[in-house]
Amino acid sequence: MTHLSRRDILRKALAVAALGSAGALPTRLALAAAGSGTARLVVVILRGALDGLALLPPVGDPDYAALRGDQALSLTAGERAAIPLQGPFALHPSLSFLAERWQSQQLLALHAVASPYRERSHFDGQDVLESGYARPHAVQTGWLNRALPRMAGASRREAAVALGPNVPLILRGSSAVAAWSPSRSPMLDDDTLQRLADLYSNDNLLAGRLADALATEAMVSSTVAAGANAGAQLQQTVQAAAAFLTREDGPRVAVFDTSGWDTHANEGGAQGALAQRLGALDQGLRSLCDNLGDVWQHTAVLVVTEFGRTAAINGTRGTDHGTGAAALLVGGAVKGGKVIADWPGLSAKALYAGRDLQPTLDLRSVFKTLLRDHLAVPRSHIESQVFPDSAAATYLPDLLRNPA
Amino acid sequence: MTASLDATVFANRFGLGATPTELEALGNNAREVLAKQLQGPPPLLASDLPGSQQIIIGSLALRAKPAQAEGGVVAVAMRLGQYARPIYVAEVQARFAAAIDSPCSLLERLTHFWSNHFAVSVDKLAVLGLAGAFEREAIRPHILGKFDELLLAVERHPAMLLYLDNQQSVGPHSPAIEQLRRRTGRAAPGLNENLGREILELHTLGVAGGYSQQDVTTLSAMITGWSLGGAPGRLGAAGEPGVFVFREALHEPGPKTLLGKVYREEGQRQGEQALRDLARQPATAWHLARKLAQHFMADEPPAVVVDTVARAYLDHDTDLRATYTALFARPEAWEPSLRKFKTPADYLHSAWRALQLPAQRRPAAQQLMQQLGQRTYQPGSPAGWPDRSGDWDSASALLKRVELANATGHQWGNRIDTPALADAVLGASLSAATRSAIARAQDAAQALTLLLAAPEFMRR
Repeated sequence: MTHLSRRDILRKALAVAALGSAGALPTRLALAAAGSGTARLVVVILRGALDGLALLPPVGDPDYAALRGDQALSLTAGERAAIPLQGPFALHPSLSFLAERWQSQQLLALHAVASPYRERSHFDGQDVLESGYARPHAVQTGWLNRALPRMAGASRREAAVALGPNVPLILRGSSAVAAWSPSRSPMLDDDTLQRLADLYSNDNLLAGRLADALATEAMVSSTVAAGANAGAQLQQTVQAAAAFLTREDGPRVAVFDTSGWDTHANEGGAQGALAQRLGALDQGLRSLCDNLGDVWQHTAVLVVTEFGRTAAINGTRGTDHGTGAAALLVGGAVKGGKVIADWPGLSAKALYAGRDLQPTLDLRSVFKTLLRDHLAVPRSHIESQVFPDSAAATYLPDLLRNPA
Repeated sequence: MTASLDATVFANRFGLGATPTELEALGNNAREVLAKQLQGPPPLLASDLPGSQQIIIGSLALRAKPAQAEGGVVAVAMRLGQYARPIYVAEVQARFAAAIDSPCSLLERLTHFWSNHFAVSVDKLAVLGLAGAFEREAIRPHILGKFDELLLAVERHPAMLLYLDNQQSVGPHSPAIEQLRRRTGRAAPGLNENLGREILELHTLGVAGGYSQQDVTTLSAMITGWSLGGAPGRLGAAGEPGVFVFREALHEPGPKTLLGKVYREEGQRQGEQALRDLARQPATAWHLARKLAQHFMADEPPAVVVDTVARAYLDHDTDLRATYTALFARPEAWEPSLRKFKTPADYLHSAWRALQLPAQRRPAAQQLMQQLGQRTYQPGSPAGWPDRSGDWDSASALLKRVELANATGHQWGNRIDTPALADAVLGASLSAATRSAIARAQDAAQALTLLLAAPEFMRR
């Protein structure tokens, strides 16, 4: 695999970039006394549609093992052992930090969730997830941006920060938001390289040139483990997020995204491509927790994706675009230690369109509850400005330890 | 709706790349629009950039008394570089902006083609500040006119004279040199064949155009005295500074024989007549026709196309409009297969025409061109940039484009409806595989990356 070594080059470049930008990060200040506006919200968007059945494998569901074949996890010890949570649900074994948070009741898992979107386009799915409207491209603003003017502590200059090369739709709108970019030149990730290689597969010239280019780079660098590159970037991002959120006068909301979750082929099970990516995400969340320090106690981290994936493994040992997904809430402010799921089951009859996990919970219920109970956004504002067509998405009890 | 084949070819191969609305606007009328654009007007560049005369006058002040100046010659060169570099950067940006914004990008491509045919390269300090002005003043006004007028405008422009040293070339028997020799009794300066040779080899006949070394020497002698006012050197700085001047006293006198034809002595007109005749040589016609066909059609254009275009050029007395018309009348020119690998300039222009970003978010063109390996106005030699796919499609060149596509995807992807843009700008050449890869991209950043790195976006 030549492009593994390519990452090494990029990793070194990144390390230099990190040194260069460290001074630009906001200085960390002591947290002010608890009061209005101490709650922090971090939203992590997993672009590409994370396989919810891999994140939270329903090992106790009678149909699960057959659908996932030799990629299925189980509760029996061994190479394919998952971490037991509650009921039929377990946690992917590469998520050691999240497993610790489960033990300290700071992790709340949600299963069979979905936005109102029912098609299978990434773009439209992400648009609905972030705009908060039921139809794609209904508005040009994000639900989180629309909520900002009425959250506790909204008087600060910039209530939210976007970490990444641009401001994602969820934070776009009339409220000013800060923006911070981890590096000027985002790295070419393996997933994109693989798709490009596929696209060039009928073009002998370009296919050869691309292979040559990656092989040349391989000669001048040593091999590093897969995912190191993406992991390093995520580390840099969460450190910046923590630096912003720990400032007394800094933003209270941070958003960042990661990609590479579109596992159509060779997804892997307890080990493999997705396991590595989940491991990097887990490390990133651990680093966020460490860097937030005391502020972690006031923090809720929401991890969401645009939709789920097919219940069954496809012909290339991966999964295709699906519907029902999983989501996570983690943090000191979260009333964790439970899985919220109105589990529809995985029998052929129960599957949505005969192939996907049937969604039973509207993600907007989670978003709305977080806004009301965590950021103290008035319900009237949520209903009229943030999620105007969401009356059916009711608020959930007991998501937060100390609801506003 | 899929754009017509003609519109796709016209915008993406003959032009600099479709904007999101261009193919739809062209509809089925691409050939009519092409004919209309060739009617002119020529693509003059409205800008507040200084003209070559103003630029030269500024540099003359910096050159004054170099020997006595603090720091000597090196310091003067540094001052000249500091003076010219911002002008160069602004010229590159203005050219890039014109390429992105032009509604007639065919004319921009023709400008770039002729600018490269008559290349000056800014690795020579004397032309660093002048290369852009050269293109604006000598190329743009003439690309829809007759080739002999274009040729004369180019060979008399200060940038070309300085680039190929013609202001230093003097007739060994010219009055000023005879006088110098009598007075000093020493060997006096003489011919510099640099410009004379390149006129024959690159600008007109072509390297296999049937001229001899004697023809090179003769043509060089014919254009002795072609200089610019205020040029440094002891052999007279008379004339209006910064513009073409004919220095009779430095001109090699007497009748001269070029390619078998005798030219009587008539001062500046001798060289002028020689250039007009060179423009009408069949070898010139075939040389230009081959380059045009190679640029607009394929690396190895069919001989019948080159013949047709060359004959049109000769039949219409070097009229370029008639020449282009003959080229674009060939069915081979409109074949949908993408046979030209884009140069870095092509790639950047087409990408930014497709993206249509706000002008204030336009990148620093000079840096981007350098990054992709084709510094504007710096081909490194008077031969200009090469124009075959194999000159540009190396592995590292491809990787640089892919990396730029990736960076651009991350920066702009979530502001752009890439599936729609792919259809809008690639039209009939968008493959099912690329459409599907874009539709299946895991996020908007990756979608735009895949569009900009797609095989059909790498070629035209």
